[in-house]
Amino acid sequence: MNSSGISSFTIWYLSATIRLATPLVLATIGEMFAERSGILNLGIEGTMLMGALSGFLTAYFTKSLWLGVLVASIVGLLFGLLMAFFAVTLGVNQHVSGLGITIFATGLAYYTYRAVIGSPTVPPTIKAFNTVPIPVLYKIPVLGPIFFNQFALTYIAFIIVPIAAYVVFKTTFGLSLRAVGENPESADAVGINVYKIRYISMIIAGTLMGMAGSFFTLCEFNMFLYNIVGGRGWVAIALVIFANWMPWKVLGGALLFGGIDVLGLRLQNSAIKIPYQIYLMLPYLFTIIVLILVARNASYPSALLKPYRRE
Amino acid sequence: MAQGKPCAKFYYGEVLMEKIVEMRNIRKTFLNTVANKNVNFVIYKGEIVSLLGENGAGKTTLMKILYGLYTKDSGEIFVNGKKVEINSPKDAIALGIGMVHQHFTLVRTLTVLENVILGLPSPKGFELDLDDARKKLKNIIDKYGLTVDPDAKIWQLSVGERQRVEIIKALYRNIQVLILDEPTAVLTPQEVSELFKTLRIFKKEGKSVVFISHKLEEVMEISDRIVILRNGVVTGERRKEETNEKELARLMVGREVIEALRKEKAQFGSAIFKVRNLKALNDKELLALKGVSFEVREGEILGVAGVAGNGQKELEEVICGVRKPISGDVFLEDKNIVNKTPKEIINLGVGRIPEDRMESGLILDIPVFANLVVEFYDKTPFSRGMLINYQEIKKFAEQLVKEFNIKTSSIDAITRTLSGGNLQKIILARVLSRNPKFIIASQPTRGLDVGAMEYIHEKLLEEKNKGAAILLISEDLNEIMHLSDRIMVMYEGEIMGIIDRSKENVDIEELGLMMAGAKRRVTV
Amino acid sequence: MSLMPKFKLEKRGVPPVWFQIVMPVAAVFIALAISAIFLLIIKKNPFEAFYNMFVGSLGTKFALSETIVKATPLILTGVAVAIAFKAKYWNIGAEGQLYAGALAATWFGIMNLPLPAIIYIPLEITVGFIAGALWSVIAGYLKAKMQVDDVVTTLLMNFIMIYIVQGILNGPWRNPHTMYPSSVPIAKNADFPKLIPNTRVHAGIILSILAVIFMYFLIRKTKLGFEINATGSNPKAAHFLGIDTIKTIILVSIISGGIAGLAGVGEVCGVQYHLISGISPGYGYSGIVIAMLGGLNTIGVLLAALYFAIVINGAQIMSVNMHIPIYISDVIQGITLLVMLAMLLFFEYRIRRVK
Repeated sequence: MNSSGISSFTIWYLSATIRLATPLVLATIGEMFAERSGILNLGIEGTMLMGALSGFLTAYFTKSLWLGVLVASIVGLLFGLLMAFFAVTLGVNQHVSGLGITIFATGLAYYTYRAVIGSPTVPPTIKAFNTVPIPVLYKIPVLGPIFFNQFALTYIAFIIVPIAAYVVFKTTFGLSLRAVGENPESADAVGINVYKIRYISMIIAGTLMGMAGSFFTLCEFNMFLYNIVGGRGWVAIALVIFANWMPWKVLGGALLFGGIDVLGLRLQNSAIKIPYQIYLMLPYLFTIIVLILVARNASYPSALLKPYRRE
Repeated sequence: MAQGKPCAKFYYGEVLMEKIVEMRNIRKTFLNTVANKNVNFVIYKGEIVSLLGENGAGKTTLMKILYGLYTKDSGEIFVNGKKVEINSPKDAIALGIGMVHQHFTLVRTLTVLENVILGLPSPKGFELDLDDARKKLKNIIDKYGLTVDPDAKIWQLSVGERQRVEIIKALYRNIQVLILDEPTAVLTPQEVSELFKTLRIFKKEGKSVVFISHKLEEVMEISDRIVILRNGVVTGERRKEETNEKELARLMVGREVIEALRKEKAQFGSAIFKVRNLKALNDKELLALKGVSFEVREGEILGVAGVAGNGQKELEEVICGVRKPISGDVFLEDKNIVNKTPKEIINLGVGRIPEDRMESGLILDIPVFANLVVEFYDKTPFSRGMLINYQEIKKFAEQLVKEFNIKTSSIDAITRTLSGGNLQKIILARVLSRNPKFIIASQPTRGLDVGAMEYIHEKLLEEKNKGAAILLISEDLNEIMHLSDRIMVMYEGEIMGIIDRSKENVDIEELGLMMAGAKRRVTV
Repeated sequence: MSLMPKFKLEKRGVPPVWFQIVMPVAAVFIALAISAIFLLIIKKNPFEAFYNMFVGSLGTKFALSETIVKATPLILTGVAVAIAFKAKYWNIGAEGQLYAGALAATWFGIMNLPLPAIIYIPLEITVGFIAGALWSVIAGYLKAKMQVDDVVTTLLMNFIMIYIVQGILNGPWRNPHTMYPSSVPIAKNADFPKLIPNTRVHAGIILSILAVIFMYFLIRKTKLGFEINATGSNPKAAHFLGIDTIKTIILVSIISGGIAGLAGVGEVCGVQYHLISGISPGYGYSGIVIAMLGGLNTIGVLLAALYFAIVINGAQIMSVNMHIPIYISDVIQGITLLVMLAMLLFFEYRIRRVK
């Protein structure tokens, strides 16, 4: 391979990495907000799928892609509220309710699709988003095609990271959020409304998860397919831990996993002996190792999984 | 000064003091206990007043009412002359009253600065104004000598530093009256003197301090005025110059405590339980037991007197097998039980009646019969090999319920549904049914009504007469006096002294002084 | 605090037995009622739909037999999860443990050892159990000894195992004749015999019944059962009172994982006769729903598993007869779990209105 061939591969690879990291960034930042308030949201996979579905159907019927993104985000928000209802208001077992929501949302997504679209031999498609080259910047050699010719949602996702960092560390809400996730009794003692903070976090989380789901049907593909989210919700759960609940690390981790994803897709079609599933397995393996190392030294938001009830 | 009534006028030297807070006729009841019985309490501007008393005397309850954590049943509160209703800490803080509790309400992963401003609206609205906060914080730190690094995370700080943060939190909110609940319990001597330095600066600034404590020496050192509570009632009020430790001890511990009769010289057996030089840390990694040594003989009850928090909990936990000491030994007969599992300790014949009924002594959500056998379900006839025989267990349970008069709808009832007294009876029945050679009973009658209390005392005396060695840990001096052959006082992880009642009468004053750390007997 | 209801929750002891029976039944009906909304939205008659569901699963001999086939793995995962949850070992990993069992059974089966069925089959069962147990005990050990959260570890290990299986099926075990990512068939002598001719009902159902009996026996008749109840109820008190909570959790993780592994063995040896990557359409996760609906007790789990077998098969009939999307079964499952959870609140707490 000559030098231009190598670099064109690299450019393609990095650009694809950024692209594929988009839903991970959105979903994981969302999960981060949830967990920082003390809620482990196992409903993420189902929420993302419902986002993907509702975004697709909206775009299909209204021909408006951005309306699709909006509806997907609202649907995500609603599922976030549902989780909040179980975890905060009812205060029941979080893992089981989260799983219940994923099972329900997943079923509902396929159910709705089948009911509305049926099962035609050729699945209906929409005219998906095109990448949006940023004027001037996209012409920069090497960096241009990698960074500045991406989907609008990708730009949004990447801007959300610094916004999330700002919110968590520089606002009163963020400070209250960090206190609630760590020690709700102390937060309550200084007058913070623990329930309100958790509801707000779940609203943010759900919205981002719905938006993340819409990426699959409106950007990456132009249709709704079975298993289109492909477990990225679960990766987000792993990724939040891996990133130590820090927004910038989420970005780094998402890019890492996105890169692995791209590699996996590529290898799928190649004749390489090592099944690409090895790569897909790595995120989960790494996360378990991180969990073991972290177990004694709680970087965990300490109140994670414990419902707060004022005695 | 008349007992129970606050000074109408209070002169410090020649200066007439101004009343900041007045609590009149405060009454508070919890379930069966009257925690505050028509208490009158005044706080003057620019003074340090101590609330002195043992546990359960009502001092913390009174202050929690002032701070809005409890609601009074009746009585009135006046702040700066105006009658007020305080329904939450927010109200209290708005009135300029702040409190630092024994258990800190800090968020470990946040910094000092963040903890101080937590919950407060930001001058910049949505965004935090850390620079403004930092400036204010520095002022407070410099002014009061509360040295701490604003950017340190709480988990990095020592206990003394964390307490400083709690005080800074109050000052940041412009507190005029600062209530400290047993603040020196967790401090080193150096930290105590630094704290006192800070408190004296408050005083100079015209702020007031309420110092809740059971430690006589410190109270005498720091207070201007001392109010003594006992069993929910004010037993006395003195200015520091007018009193001394002996008098305070007497007021604290009370004359009504039985002037001990000389105990009959009973027949005691050999010392089957020995503790040698036991050193242990508490949960905060501080030294809670500082090299404790004592023995208990067969047929004797050794009562451990002392205010809670002086190492009794850690002593109990080591003996029960749920805490590893850092050095020292505990012998039952000749076996050293210090590093044994709870199961092994049970099997060796130690009867354990723990202080925490609900979280250690019982599993509340299983049936009564299960709790009656939980320490030995693996022994015949209850089990054989891998199999368990519930018929035998239930038969046994029925027997115990009858014998110990445990009021329950049935042995299958879920344990949680039983009343406090009956819960304790379950533990007692379970323990005594094994005829233990050694029993450790920690706060065995706490929260129980008179009937249950008497029953438990009766049973313990029965065991003693059968030859068991009993270690009784209790904050209730009446109980200690009623049951013990010898009384051992613990203070700050050490034994202050052991009184052998077969050889002498108990001097209440001396007892009080030892409990408050102001006197130590020379060990024989 | 408008988001918190103006009630006070007062913890109560375990309510009377009749309550324990009424609750799951009520949950089932409420969930069906809520699911009916989704049927109405697509203009399908819910009564007709549920009629189809029940008749379709139970109406004919063949339908009944199919329901038994479906119930076989569900009973196993339900039991596996129920035992785990009783000890508060949050085994979300039954799916992965099932795959581990299936993987091991296939490995042993495609070796085509010259063994008679009477030896081959028990060995298959053993191998599958061990694989599931091993996969689970990793998480159990981490929880017991290092307090590593079992929810996340068991969940993540699902994906690791599924990818391992997919990787192997795409790689060394890829069927050379068809080039599909599935294994060659296992040895004929490893096949579970059919119990009812002309149906797919296989010997695996015996394993399922045995698992139910085992659970009953374990919880009601053994010391370990006592320890499980104590540990799951209050691990701190249990430890103080002499129970070896670490050993209990590790044993529970072994038993739970092994039983889930058996579900995998059943699907490979009794239904598919070879390994495909879709060997389980989520039986492990359904096991969680089943365990919760069954109130973590033996009979309850058995009934809940049967109920969901009816739902899953019934969905197929609804899909064929009424063109109701087959995914209605997942919708019903998810809603049932959520409703059951909400009802458990009434189980644990009395609601007292606070003025």
